[in-house]
Amino acid sequence: MCLGIPGRIVELLDAEAQLARAEVSGVRRTINVGLLEDEGIGIGDWVLIHVGFAMSKIDEEEAAMALSSLRMMGQGYDDEISALVASRVEAREQARR
Amino acid sequence: MRYVDEYRDPAAARALIGRITELADDRSFKFMEVCGGHTHTIYRHGIEHVLPRSVELVHGPGCPVCVIPMGRIDDAIAVAETPGVIFTSFGDMMRVPGGHGSLLEAKARGADVRFVYSPLDALRIAVEHPEREVVFFAVGFETTAPSTAVTLLKARADNVPNFTVFSNHVTIIPPIKAILESPDLRLDGFLGPGHVSTVIGNHPYRFVPKQYGKPLVTAGFEPLDILQSIVMLLSQIREGRCEVENQYSRIVRDAGNPRALQTLAEVFELRPHFEWRGLGFISQSALKLRSEFAPWDAELRYEIPGVRVADPKACQCGEVLKGVIKPWECKVFGTACTPETPIGTCMVSSEGACAAYYNFGRLHREAAVTLGRASLSPRSG
Repeated sequence: MCLGIPGRIVELLDAEAQLARAEVSGVRRTINVGLLEDEGIGIGDWVLIHVGFAMSKIDEEEAAMALSSLRMMGQGYDDEISALVASRVEAREQARR
Repeated sequence: MRYVDEYRDPAAARALIGRITELADDRSFKFMEVCGGHTHTIYRHGIEHVLPRSVELVHGPGCPVCVIPMGRIDDAIAVAETPGVIFTSFGDMMRVPGGHGSLLEAKARGADVRFVYSPLDALRIAVEHPEREVVFFAVGFETTAPSTAVTLLKARADNVPNFTVFSNHVTIIPPIKAILESPDLRLDGFLGPGHVSTVIGNHPYRFVPKQYGKPLVTAGFEPLDILQSIVMLLSQIREGRCEVENQYSRIVRDAGNPRALQTLAEVFELRPHFEWRGLGFISQSALKLRSEFAPWDAELRYEIPGVRVADPKACQCGEVLKGVIKPWECKVFGTACTPETPIGTCMVSSEGACAAYYNFGRLHREAAVTLGRASLSPRSG
């Protein structure tokens, strides 16, 4: 849960709902980017995602390191990614459209 | 992956280890890594084994799953077993044993307990099931608390009446203070937590050097980050400095994330006191919902038993969390208590010191060789 998963912003969705789509380990997920509003989030930015929320903006090398560390965790990483993939933040966003 | 190699470069590691050995050549030093993520890196890469004997790392209380006391799990189970309730929790918390088993066991008995990745998932379930009451079991330090806060703001904005939060959010500063006040442990400094600091920044740690005369270096999660942070701590001591430094400046800003802090303050307030596993009751160390959010507060909607449950006699999680003992020094480590059948919380979470040591301890030797240390000198275990 404290694990931050790096993701790259590929699409800005609902600005009011503070949602964006991020690519995480090859999977595209909707995440909440409201907590980084002051920093300004754009397409191509890397972020660290905690429990479905982008919590910090990072650069590409940090993202590569974080991913590599996570992969080394084995099961812990698999669990975190499958949990993220199963996460239904997405459904909320689609329902709003 | 050029960058990754840069942060795991054996030559750079050797240089840092050499510097550490130089700086710590005439006395011994004991540093606490507060964050469970650091503990994980330290065991995963066998860092304990490449440090000189004069530098010891002890693990701290920064594992959110580990610090929740057993009574609080029983409270969660009582809410989960309330008829009509869908109880949602992060996966890690499902296996933590309380006085009456775990949430997973409550689920097996028939309670509707569901694991979610995000508090927003829990809110979504509430929207989809207006006839049911959905409770989210919120745990975590300042890293996850802002997410719960945003979710509560959404629940209020969207007027979702069947959603409540059982808040067990804790804050990182009070346990650090409690450890500094504890007579059990003599520490020479701290590796400050990485991700929590992205939210709270570095300023809140200033009391550590100011009031307690100990240096603190906010550290990243790569092996070289840890080694470099140790160099920074030792250099401070050698040069007669004592301050808060930021090794993880590529992510952590001194002021943290003001938006996240503002959101936290809008939704939560400090509890007068909260019980921590191993550390006992610590005043103003946890977050409860502000009265404006009373309709979404599970503690007001449900009967919470609130019974204090002592840890099992055999379990020494408390001492592990305070850094008084190492995981393998616990009487039940690896025998009665394993990740498959955990007795204590430290064996449950991947951020727990015991689970990290259990899973990776045996790889120490191999990792030490990778990091370029020819002669191995395991201190214990």
